[in-house]
Amino acid sequence: MSDLDQFRQETRTWLEENCPPTMRTPMRSEKDATWGGRNPEYAHPDQKLWLDRMAERGWTVPDWPTQYGGGGLTPGETKILREELARIRARNPLNSFGISMLGPALLKYATEEQKLEHLPKIARGEIRWCQGYSEPNAGSDLAGLQTSAEDAGDHFIVNGQKVWTSYADKADWIFCLVRTDKSSKQGGISFVLFDMASEGVSIKPILLISGNSPFCETFFDNVKVPKANLVGELNKGWDVAKYLLGHEREMISGMGLGAGSDPLLDAARKGADPLLRAQIALFQVRSQAFKAMSERFIDELKAGHAHPAQPSMMKYYGTELNKTRHELLMAAGGSDALEWESERSHGGAAARTWLRTKANSIEGGTSEIQLNIIAKRILDLPS
Amino acid sequence: MPLYHTDDQSLLRDTARDFVAEHAPVSHLRSLRDANDTTGFSRDLWREFATLGFTGILIPEAQGGLGLGHVEAGIVLEEIGRNLSPSPFLTTAIAAVEALKGTAQADRWFPGILAGKAVAALAIDEGRKHNARITLKAERAGNGYRLTGSKQFVHHGHAADLLLVAAQTDAGTALFAVPASATGLTADPERLADSSIAARLTFDGVQVDADAVIGEGDAALTRLLAAARTGASAELVGVGGATLDMTIGYLKQRKQFGAVIGSFQALQHRAAHLYSELEVARAAVLKAQQLLDTGENAAQAVALAKAMTGLATTLAVQEGIQMHGGIGMTDEYDLGFYMKRARVLAELFGDTNFHADALAQAAGY
Repeated sequence: MSDLDQFRQETRTWLEENCPPTMRTPMRSEKDATWGGRNPEYAHPDQKLWLDRMAERGWTVPDWPTQYGGGGLTPGETKILREELARIRARNPLNSFGISMLGPALLKYATEEQKLEHLPKIARGEIRWCQGYSEPNAGSDLAGLQTSAEDAGDHFIVNGQKVWTSYADKADWIFCLVRTDKSSKQGGISFVLFDMASEGVSIKPILLISGNSPFCETFFDNVKVPKANLVGELNKGWDVAKYLLGHEREMISGMGLGAGSDPLLDAARKGADPLLRAQIALFQVRSQAFKAMSERFIDELKAGHAHPAQPSMMKYYGTELNKTRHELLMAAGGSDALEWESERSHGGAAARTWLRTKANSIEGGTSEIQLNIIAKRILDLPS
Repeated sequence: MPLYHTDDQSLLRDTARDFVAEHAPVSHLRSLRDANDTTGFSRDLWREFATLGFTGILIPEAQGGLGLGHVEAGIVLEEIGRNLSPSPFLTTAIAAVEALKGTAQADRWFPGILAGKAVAALAIDEGRKHNARITLKAERAGNGYRLTGSKQFVHHGHAADLLLVAAQTDAGTALFAVPASATGLTADPERLADSSIAARLTFDGVQVDADAVIGEGDAALTRLLAAARTGASAELVGVGGATLDMTIGYLKQRKQFGAVIGSFQALQHRAAHLYSELEVARAAVLKAQQLLDTGENAAQAVALAKAMTGLATTLAVQEGIQMHGGIGMTDEYDLGFYMKRARVLAELFGDTNFHADALAQAAGY
């Protein structure tokens, strides 16, 4: 038996013993997701158990180095772990912007001290992070951001406003783009980290069409940020920001994959009219092919073969798929899927998720921005 | 197994790319068409394929072949697709070899295939759409069978030495290896839109020996079709990829309104979307090839590959012509050949709808 076969056997056995049966059932709504943080919310106590067991092994971030709370697994082992988790339809033990976005940027750009300070807490789900990128006048043109950080000796004074800050009201810390030089657009941006409990931070959730408020307006009024919390060099934050965006796009593209048992297939099996069945069948072709594409992308990424702009393609394709998936789910669900509050509908989960997905092709860079990036950086078309 | 080509496979791609582009570029297809060639491919080129070992790509080393797999076969097919090279490679070296492998007929046919002499054709379809229902009758007669019925869409059917025929016996479906010289067999070659030639075959009580049966039940036909569909998918990736490359090249060179048209966002977005569809299709094909090679259940991956490449390459040729404008409509320009080949390949061994339906049934709806 090869080492990898043995690893698969051991992993399978461990998961069999340690993944609670409740954590192998499909999530009914967003409330079932585990986010950790200083004030964690668990809809079921097994969520905490599952998180702690996985974190103990470093398997919330299987391919991070062990000194930062990771599992230290090779790409081959990480792939096997992922396959084995999918095989038993295990829920994600920890949803985290720290894992999917900030962590990779810290691994690349942070000082050793910063890594040791922040990464293990991310891995264990102790600190929940939010992302301070977009501003009222800096959306697709992100580098036009105006939130300022003024030099005040050993710290910065941050003033300004962010918008569409996902879960800012639930986050403990923020990774934030700030302007440290007004004379250069991209070259005047820095990347800083600070505690959301700092004096001068205020948050206002935004009520969305889904009736939920996953996004917030976030205001900074003379917030003191120690200079030790600058990641990368001063005025070089745009490099960190772009690197992180690549990972954000990767994460969002994952939405194109769906998760666990496919509710669309379940709906189709209950019976759909021939035209809807055909639409679902053709959708499934793209969706399944995208699954293969994701596997290929991750394999290429780990081997260092992936084109640096490939996450844009994944983000574009995955989010457009996800929007279509939820249109089809609504069509298949008929009037059942329209219920907004009933227990039967888990509080309108289908309809609210359908509405939520409309942001997929906007957040993290719109589909049009991704297409621009593909055209220029991969296809080498001129400006 | 990682879902990308190994170093050896990349090397093979370079070899295949250079060879096919040099010996069988689109101008080769054009000259065959303009000469009103009636074979449908060049026998000289087929022998050249043999010299490189390509005709034996799937034949086990013990039997004189390269002993490689579907990933490698697909690498060659992609280049054939990129150059629209007319060749019996897919029907002979991929599908027929896969079906003959391990049967008593292998010894009879493999040497000719390895030498670049023997050509095989696949007699599967009976109606205008690919269909799982086989009605060509194989009745017990003497110490063998008598075949009666008709087939269509048989590429190289009039020029082949060997026909692999799907037939219905008392016991169910069976696959027959029928020499083209058999009495009672007539082939009517028809030129198709893409200048390839496919035959309509009539079996009028064609007598074959019992050992002509190379597989009984659905398994043999399924194996042949899995190889053929995956191969056609790889060829479609080549057709779509070359179309994208031509189109991008044109966008960078053609000027209107004082600027290269590739600087216009309306066209950039179309090109970027097309690129995305083709990349996704390419991943689906590689997945199917790898599963075939590792011997895992590849049925769904194969259906997916054929369905997805049908979608992506159909889009590629349509967008290719639209973004080229009028020049793309001219016979002088190569793009039209790509559109025609894409249509034929999309139809071959089941189109996107056929395979999407098969996937839906497999998923229980």
